[in-house]
Amino acid sequence: MIMSQIQTKRPATAPNPPVFELIEVEQEFSVPKPGRGLFNRDTVGLKALDGVRLSIAQGASLALVGESGSGKSTLLRVLLGLDAPSGGRALYRGRPIREARARGTGFARDVAMVYQDARGSLDPRMTVGQLIAEPLRHFNIVKKGEEAARVAQLIDRVGLPTDAASRYPSGLSGGQVRRVAIARALASEPSVLVADEAVSGLDVSTQAQLLTLLRSLQRDMGLTLVFITHDLGVASYLCEEIAIMYLGRIVETGPTDAVLDAPAHPYSAALRAAAPRFFEPIPEPLPGEIPSPLDLPKGCRFSSRCPAAQEDCRLRDPQLGQQGAGRAVACLHPLTSTGAQASENR
Amino acid sequence: MKDMASNPILSLRDLSVHRGTAKILDRVNLSLAEGETLALVGESGAGKSTIATALMRLLDGAKVEGSAEMEGAGDLLALSERQMVKLRGRRLSMIFQDAGSALNPSYTVGRQLITVLRRNLGLSKAEARTRAVELFTSVGINDPEGRMSAYPHQLSGGMQQRVMVAIALACNPDLLLADEPTSALDVTIQAQIVRLILAQTKSRGASCIFVLHDLALASQSCDRIVVLYAGQVVESGPARDILEYHRHPYTKQLKSCVLEIGTKEVTAPEGTVPPHSEMPVGCRFATRCPRALPRCAGEAPPLQPARAGADGPLDHQFACWNPE
Ligand SMILES: Nc1ncnc2c1ncn2[C@@H]1O[C@H](COP(=O)(O)OP(=O)(O)OP(=O)(O)O)[C@@H](O)[C@H]1O
Ligand SMILES: Nc1ncnc2c1ncn2[C@@H]1O[C@H](COP(=O)(O)OP(=O)(O)O)[C@@H](O)[C@H]1O
Ligand code: SF4
Ligand code: SF4
Ligand SMILES: [Mg+2]
Ligand SMILES: [Mg+2]
Repeated sequence: MIMSQIQTKRPATAPNPPVFELIEVEQEFSVPKPGRGLFNRDTVGLKALDGVRLSIAQGASLALVGESGSGKSTLLRVLLGLDAPSGGRALYRGRPIREARARGTGFARDVAMVYQDARGSLDPRMTVGQLIAEPLRHFNIVKKGEEAARVAQLIDRVGLPTDAASRYPSGLSGGQVRRVAIARALASEPSVLVADEAVSGLDVSTQAQLLTLLRSLQRDMGLTLVFITHDLGVASYLCEEIAIMYLGRIVETGPTDAVLDAPAHPYSAALRAAAPRFFEPIPEPLPGEIPSPLDLPKGCRFSSRCPAAQEDCRLRDPQLGQQGAGRAVACLHPLTSTGAQASENR
Repeated sequence: MKDMASNPILSLRDLSVHRGTAKILDRVNLSLAEGETLALVGESGAGKSTIATALMRLLDGAKVEGSAEMEGAGDLLALSERQMVKLRGRRLSMIFQDAGSALNPSYTVGRQLITVLRRNLGLSKAEARTRAVELFTSVGINDPEGRMSAYPHQLSGGMQQRVMVAIALACNPDLLLADEPTSALDVTIQAQIVRLILAQTKSRGASCIFVLHDLALASQSCDRIVVLYAGQVVESGPARDILEYHRHPYTKQLKSCVLEIGTKEVTAPEGTVPPHSEMPVGCRFATRCPRALPRCAGEAPPLQPARAGADGPLDHQFACWNPE
């Protein structure tokens, strides 16, 4: 469940706060003013996140989808407590994330991360066995004598060959390197796994192997999964929930199947249409380019490219608001289930 | 489709590439008709980029055998480097997967395009500039005049790839090789770039070889598909035959890994491609094939027509002892 509006659906016996909750989160970076001279120090604020609302319940699997530059990685850094948001509140189990992170190793142990550049995140001078043992030791997961057995167990769980422990990352394929990164992430016995483009750039066979692995891990261990991807097929296979971002804002969230079957936001509809489908003609792409976050269109940030834009779209900036069962959309004229424009204005 | 078998623009015969003791490509045969778009698909390491790079004669440190007859140019694999220099960019050109690193970071993109136009077409500076702006416009670059003076790092990945397309098509080549031109890009940009490449090659009557990972995208963009496994062609033919009436177990496996929106079950294949030192002498897929027979590992299956009588180089063919 994503939206705070629908948290009433949680069973009454589980009064726990969501694992993550973002309330009107804003992340502003100060960047050089475009076109400034060489000796000019003028800066302007770039809002990489703007009014982000998101709630991730225990055991949920959420796909975070959006074009490059839409703010997915920035959002992840906030979730991981690596950056404090410049505005709004970012909570982990009801407490500010930065506070939770600063207090002891509990947060770091509970929330594990698989990075986009798996190879770059692994020390090339360490063997696979040493790489996996590192978090075991850091978090004191097992006694010294049981370490080798646990490493072997993890190697087996992620489907690496038994002899992998003594090999170096340079001798592994792209898919194997990602498995090492997953094994390391699992070593601390986390309840939340956060992954940034963990299967992109892999060929379809390796991707299918990793996705079935991730899904079985999620189901067997009850992991909460936050998965960044720009592949809607991957999102639909792996994640029950989806959040679609455009220019720093979540523009639509809800159950993945419902959203992809009948997108309510015109941008979600465009993303869906652009996904490759067997023997369908490649559809007309969205007009224009994604605007610079320094020069957002007036009103709705999608209005410069939106095929459904109307006059008021250039005047009012729609916020994420409820739209049917468990869904939310940030659009003044959301599409109905038939793909048509809703008649009544919201 | 008209009968294009009569005038293939490219015929690759028994192309083998060796690196040390490894046979990275093993007797690859493929033909390309004029105006046709062909997809090379297969797992990482299958040899897709090696084929494209070998055709451009840009493979370093490898032993290359076989022939690649290009209509009106002769055997690309036998030409001298001087002859190849004249062909590259003019009759055949290549778009690389990572536009960011294929462009020179220290020159503006306008200057890079102008250089190509002046060198290959002998245009004056002013003519080349006008032509460059036209090309930028035709590949959908907004504000083409302004973008001429941008350095590659100032452009998004999608814009860089548009610049690459403009450079590759600057001299109206007859054959365009596009090695995963969109796998680093978002789906929306991917759709734009693939449409752009198809529109630009079709309007020029050029042929195109796409290296792709995505079978659904291949079905949307290509007339024919060649499936490679561990350096060998295992199946080839018209896109619909390959995707809906495939005979090779590996093609079936590849297709079953495709995640369309709404796919809830996939059967992930077992294992990985064997290293070259342990490659079976017979069918290279034998170590992973669910249909393998005792003879498979020892005896290499030849390519055979899928339908009796339809045995041209562009028809549906597969190499398997125990087909689907
Ligand atoms: N410079 C090189 N030196 C040694 N081996 C190489 C080199 N380039 C490629 N190879 C090997 O040649 C084989 C084919 O590689 P190639 O790059 O053509 O594969 P590909 O099908 O393009 O894969 P991908 O989908 O990963 O791009 C692989 O086994 C690869 O390891
Ligand atoms: N440290 C930073 N300083 C300035 N701008 C940044 C920084 N990190 C991200 N941005 C900008 O914020 C926006 C969102 O970036 P990012 O979160 O990386 O997007 P995504 O992961 O969706 O591709 C982009 O415009 C990017 O250039
Ligand atoms: S608010 Fe208007 S411009 Fe924005 S997405 Fe909705 S219809 Fe399009
Ligand atoms: S020849 Fe044998 S091993 Fe090879 S694909 Fe056919 S059945 Fe499988
Ligand atoms: Mg990112
Ligand atoms: Mg390649």
